[in-house]
Amino acid sequence: MLYVMGLATALTLLWLGMSGIYEPVVLSLGVISIAITVILATRLGLKDRETSPYHRIIPFLLYTPYLIKEILKANLTVIKAVLKPDMDIQPTMVKVKTTCRSDLAKVIFANSITLTPGTVTLRVDDDSMLVHGLYEADAQPEAFEEMDRRSSLAGDGRPSKEKGTSK
Amino acid sequence: MEFFNDVIGVITAPGWRHFVGALLCAIGGVSTVIAAAGVLRFPDFYTRLHAASVTDTLGALTLILGMAFLAPGLLIVFKLILIGLFLVLTGPTSAHAIANAAYTAGLEPIIGKIGLQKAKEEDEA
Repeated sequence: MLYVMGLATALTLLWLGMSGIYEPVVLSLGVISIAITVILATRLGLKDRETSPYHRIIPFLLYTPYLIKEILKANLTVIKAVLKPDMDIQPTMVKVKTTCRSDLAKVIFANSITLTPGTVTLRVDDDSMLVHGLYEADAQPEAFEEMDRRSSLAGDGRPSKEKGTSK
Repeated sequence: MEFFNDVIGVITAPGWRHFVGALLCAIGGVSTVIAAAGVLRFPDFYTRLHAASVTDTLGALTLILGMAFLAPGLLIVFKLILIGLFLVLTGPTSAHAIANAAYTAGLEPIIGKIGLQKAKEEDEA
């Protein structure tokens, strides 16, 4: 029930933000379409932690400043590498261990790695990821430890060193 | 000509909002051009992907932020935030899909030094 409420709230905000016309006719159309969407989602069984992760919004918002900082730093590195007359890149592949347990945390971690320019996740396994990096010195497994810790905090809600499932 | 007059008009319009917006849009445009140069310069598929991800992040996001500063109303800002959120979610996912497909298909990445560095090392050896 909580998840249905979360979905309805998110859809309402989306409608109010997207339409911009606050007249009774349009608003009632919005109510009807939100109701239909929620009913369809419920019938499809799309109402669990994975499909409406709204309880994770605050930890995720706390994670974004760190992510933006990392993205800016990495962008400068890549732009410098592009503009250098003598190309000095050293492509490398590393296996990065992750402590993220739930799928959501793993997605956050893998997408954070891909989102920072200079590193791309090639493959995601159960507890490790294959990462292709532009500079060998920057793409050591230790460089990802903080990001791993923070994304597991954002996705799992705890700095998971111990094993266990959050579901 | 009219276009340039419009651009100059936006930059010199009163208020810091327009100035910041135009500046951010300029940063976004320039970094996108640099990223395009990187896609052409880098040696293999995987390294080119890194250059392309600059457009995904610094390019697109600063452009959207700049547009948000230039936007006339809060509703537009909300829509721009939604677009930015969508890009942040889909950009890395598609990049990962492409990289994973290339890796699964058996495309070998170049590892180690390349270009002049490598030539220098071989000369010394």
